[in-house]
Amino acid sequence: MSTIIQHDENPKLMKGNEALAEASFRAGLKAYFGYPITPQSEILEYLTEQAPNHKDVIVLQAESEVASINMVYGAAGAGVRTMTTSSSPGISLMQEGISYIAAAELPCLIVNVQRGGPGLGTIQPSQGDYFQATKGGGHGDYHLIVLAPSSVQEMADFVFDGFRLAEEYRMPAMILSDGALGQMMEKVYLPKSGSLPKQEVEWATTGKPASRERNYITSLHMDPEKMELVNLHLQDKYRKLKQEVRCELINTNDADIILVAFGLTARICNKAMEAARAKGINVGVIRPITLYPFPYEIIASFADPMRMFLTVEMNAGQMVEDVRLAVNGKSSVYFKGRMGGMIPTPEEILLEIEALTEKQRTMSQSAGYL
Amino acid sequence: MSTTMNGTMEIVYEKPKTLTDNPTHYCPGCGHGVIHRVLMEVINEMGIAEQTVGVAPVGCSVFAYNYMNIDMQEAAHGRASAVATGVRRVLPDKFVFSYQGDGDLAAIGTGETIHTINRGENILMVFVNNGIYGMTGGQMAPTSLCGMITSTTPYGRDEHFIGHPLKITEMIAQLPGAYYVARHSVHTPAAVRKLKKAFKASFESQKEKKGTCFIEVVSNCPSGWKMNPLEANEWMEKNMFPYFPPGDIKLPATMK
Ligand SMILES: Cc1ncc(C[n+]2csc(CCOP(=O)(O)OP(=O)(O)O)c2C)c(N)n1
Ligand code: SF4
Ligand SMILES: [Mg+2]
Repeated sequence: MSTIIQHDENPKLMKGNEALAEASFRAGLKAYFGYPITPQSEILEYLTEQAPNHKDVIVLQAESEVASINMVYGAAGAGVRTMTTSSSPGISLMQEGISYIAAAELPCLIVNVQRGGPGLGTIQPSQGDYFQATKGGGHGDYHLIVLAPSSVQEMADFVFDGFRLAEEYRMPAMILSDGALGQMMEKVYLPKSGSLPKQEVEWATTGKPASRERNYITSLHMDPEKMELVNLHLQDKYRKLKQEVRCELINTNDADIILVAFGLTARICNKAMEAARAKGINVGVIRPITLYPFPYEIIASFADPMRMFLTVEMNAGQMVEDVRLAVNGKSSVYFKGRMGGMIPTPEEILLEIEALTEKQRTMSQSAGYL
Repeated sequence: MSTTMNGTMEIVYEKPKTLTDNPTHYCPGCGHGVIHRVLMEVINEMGIAEQTVGVAPVGCSVFAYNYMNIDMQEAAHGRASAVATGVRRVLPDKFVFSYQGDGDLAAIGTGETIHTINRGENILMVFVNNGIYGMTGGQMAPTSLCGMITSTTPYGRDEHFIGHPLKITEMIAQLPGAYYVARHSVHTPAAVRKLKKAFKASFESQKEKKGTCFIEVVSNCPSGWKMNPLEANEWMEKNMFPYFPPGDIKLPATMK
């Protein structure tokens, strides 16, 4: 499932953004287009600084995120491994282009180092773009492959996974990170160069030799019957993509309460879980790694009337809707969220867990009277 | 075809192999079809079809890739020059052109237009100025003339309310990245010959990576202007040419 990545023997201490940038060179990036925005500017800065050491890689600061994503469209259509990175407002601006890329079936990698919103919001971390990332984001019926790292190590590794999946399925992939993961420094074993094979691009526009028909990249199909066939083809691809679902399970088997969280909040949930277990409360954590495809079946397999789910996010409650879809009424699903750049603490999650434990106790007591 | 002295047929005109057999969807008398042909003839005659990638816009020429028998990409509305930048940067030894209408290049895509040229991207930008939004049914374009009646300026374009027609070609000629800037038309055989020369010179300079070549073609839109093709061309000469005069706007020393 995941890319077989070879890593350096020795670790480095790096910021998430820098680790991602270095990993992209090592993953065989050929063209990067981006525009400055906090908290992801280190990616563009790192790439421009290192560019002289990678003469075969185009690193270009575009005039806007609109331009960046359309440059990505052009480079991807010409058959090269290409990437853009931004943060929430910039990703909003790219949505039309992303929809075109999905429709034209071009592989590329888009990184969103999320910040709090809506609007100009804050430069502090957030997970407020979950809906936008996983449900399409732009116009029309389409999806992205969405990978949610929760460490600097995964910021680097998922560049490889993202490119591989994007190229295998010919669709855009997104790394949905946040400002904390982008800015934090951690030990990272960088992936080695050369572990990602070159993609096959017989469809690319590289100049038409006499020996083949012309290649053209388009998303336009005026005939609705043809357009529906294109839609059916895309939906078929999204169904196949389900085999790539990835999810981390920690202490879930004996858990009375399962925390569901992705990215940064999953790390905090792990701390809360440890604190709860120290108090004798059986808590587990499910961490979706692929947010699209979402691990519905895996979560459903833990749904049980005796078990409670607590979804923790840095937003007003977005992934919790998918958790509810997954458990389909078989368990109660609760939500704890912080917004606007605030990060939940393990202590406040523990308080929620204790309140739920109390609820479970009174419920089982009242059940005993029946 | 004409008959030669010994009675065999001599081919005097042939559709270049850079054009597909697909019939175009353009209205009778529309300039787009002629401009496509001129561009494809030049690419064919220069023998660069195998090394050329084109970028189509959103506008009436959105289907250019159905007619041009070369590798093509269809860009989002206004973004053709950004897409062409992406293509050209990763295929530095190929020939790349973008083809855009006035709404595409000079309204929604103004930012990309200016910055592509400011970076001196080694592409040819073909700018078809028909003073109107043809595709969406004849609304005002950034280049619609003062007083011009369109479906969104039913009382005529009032420049005090909505601004003057934009001379984007003169504007971008100021940028150091612009290597060769000219304005042409396709309404007479002589005009077609001049445009052909301009396209050829543009592709030749691309080999030497001199910067952006920008060729505006003042064209017509018989349907949007609600005229027959003859009236449209007369109206164009009488009204468009004084404001958008054909001729060289920025000529590199080597072309003087
Ligand atoms: C984002 C977006 N906005 C608006 C449109 C609708 N639209 C399609 S073509 C067009 C104008 C085309 O005019 P022009 O560029 O002058 O080309 P012409 O048809 O005249 O050749 C517009 C507004 C669109 N497709 N996408
Ligand atoms: S609407 Fe105008 S620009 Fe479009 S094809 Fe018809 S005449 Fe040409
Ligand atoms: Mg127009």
